[in-house]
Amino acid sequence: MADPETPKAVPAARSDRSPWNWLLLIPIVLPVLTPLFNHDSPRLWGFPAFYWLQFLFILVGVTTTSIVYQMTKKR
Amino acid sequence: MGDHVTEIVIFTLLFVLVSGMGFVAARWRAPKDMEHLDEWGLGGRSFGGWITWFLVGGDLYTAYTFVAVPALIFGAGAAGFFAVPYTIVIYPLFFLILIRLWSVSHRHGFVTPADFVRTRFDSPTLALLIAITGIVATMPYIALQLIGIEAVLKTMGVTGDSMLARHAPIIIAFAILAAYTYQSGLRAPALIAFVKDTLIYIVILVAVIYLPYKLGGWGSIFDAAEAKFTASPNPNDGITLNANNQLQYITLALGSALALFLYPHSITGVLASKNRNVIKRNMSALPAYSFLLGLLALLGYAAIASGVKPITDPATGKVDSNTVVPLLFDMQFPAWFAGVAFAAIGIGALVPAAIMSIAAANLFTRNIYKEYLKRDATHAQEARVSKITSLVVKVGAVACIVFLDPQFSIDLQLIGGIIILQTAPAVALGLFTRWLHRGGLIAGWVVGMGLSMWMLWQIPNAATGKAHFGGSAFPLSDFGFDSKRTIYVGFITVIVNLLVAALVTLILRATKTPDGVDGTTQDDYFADEGDPRIDKDVAATVDHKSST
Repeated sequence: MADPETPKAVPAARSDRSPWNWLLLIPIVLPVLTPLFNHDSPRLWGFPAFYWLQFLFILVGVTTTSIVYQMTKKR
Repeated sequence: MGDHVTEIVIFTLLFVLVSGMGFVAARWRAPKDMEHLDEWGLGGRSFGGWITWFLVGGDLYTAYTFVAVPALIFGAGAAGFFAVPYTIVIYPLFFLILIRLWSVSHRHGFVTPADFVRTRFDSPTLALLIAITGIVATMPYIALQLIGIEAVLKTMGVTGDSMLARHAPIIIAFAILAAYTYQSGLRAPALIAFVKDTLIYIVILVAVIYLPYKLGGWGSIFDAAEAKFTASPNPNDGITLNANNQLQYITLALGSALALFLYPHSITGVLASKNRNVIKRNMSALPAYSFLLGLLALLGYAAIASGVKPITDPATGKVDSNTVVPLLFDMQFPAWFAGVAFAAIGIGALVPAAIMSIAAANLFTRNIYKEYLKRDATHAQEARVSKITSLVVKVGAVACIVFLDPQFSIDLQLIGGIIILQTAPAVALGLFTRWLHRGGLIAGWVVGMGLSMWMLWQIPNAATGKAHFGGSAFPLSDFGFDSKRTIYVGFITVIVNLLVAALVTLILRATKTPDGVDGTTQDDYFADEGDPRIDKDVAATVDHKSST
């Protein structure tokens, strides 16, 4: 996003490449770090941390894929 | 068991309604010509955001998942919650990897992952291996959907003494399913998925609000579960993980995510969408189902708190833990609502079963029939063969349930997830690089398969009293490590598969073994709706319709 692309590039040189894609690593790596969330406390509405944190990771996944989609969308 | 009449009536009514929709679906978004595999098998490759959301959601989150995951939580606790990280990890993977498969398939008219491998690596043999792996992995998955329906039927007391009486409802249900899938193809599950998912969302939302209210809040539900696990002799249960099963939890979540998107039925759902943006947007919307699945999983704890005792099968004397959630609904809700919940599970089985049988049929048609039996098959012939194969596949699934121990299907499905992973180097890596030699990929597949079978053979299951194929958690001590930890079999074998593929590739390159011709170009992996299609092997009589 930093440097403006030259308009009307050759259509053959399409690419998916974007620094925003790195964001997608977050929802892949977070759920794998069990020491981070494998605890009973603190509880939230009665849910042990193990559960509500993993529910929270779902929201992290939604947020990151949404951002990457919006930022890499072809107009 | 006269008190189940209301449940049975509601279940039957909803089931009949949905079956009617299945037949009408052929006329929904009607194509000009149904006699084409793109129409019957991929719904015309035309599905937009909403349909894709319901279709893929209904496809990935199957009735069996909805019954088995809470059963796992009920039995083992936190370890069963792997389904949540598993369904978090999968969407970024779809976003980055499967989107390329959509593009290259759109450009070349591929219907199956094996079609792609055939063109990319110029190897019919490798494509055949991929196709057979897909079919073998999918068959028990279809059978498992029947187990979902069966759990519901058992709870409603619809069981007979003779083998035929016991299975009659399932045979009828599957006969109806087979008939409308034959007629309407992928449009049938796409339309039914709307009803199925609406029902499931309503049922789960009501359950997760109403049950804690009745059982004294989530806090006391978790406490009841913890009390049960503390009292049990099993060292690996509990409401959090312990030091020994964390590695298993992580590798199972990662491995299952990787396996899920290689399954032919997931790929069928994705290929049916109309452009790249539909897929990308859905990767942000599909996690709604993960949320649902997580809540549903916790109903396993609610079942502990309300004292559910799973039904024992009178024929085999085994406890059927899959009845946990249906029993919970039966116990805690008025009969009419339980009936709606049961219908949601029953119909929930039909959507994935239909998509899976279509996916398996497409694999047979494209990669076995057209490749080896009739090379000049027209599009109409392809569609016809696929329709008939989808019938055969379903008969096979019903036979699995009727004639074999259902446990056999569960074991097979476990194996299925691990063997489908062995297609990852060709299908997933193949989307990015052609560095691996086709010979290397075949060698990797063979070794990966062999090792998977050997490892699974080694694993006993104390709970079911089996000596082999007792689970997917391989103890590291069997490799000679001084450890009590376990690891997911598929995780190890896919790594070995890759190493062998790389090693053999180096050897084949050194000996200058021919590597075939890549039928795809770099740009194909970014093609989108509106780009021209390449259709080089089209039969002369039928002209492929243009996408624009």
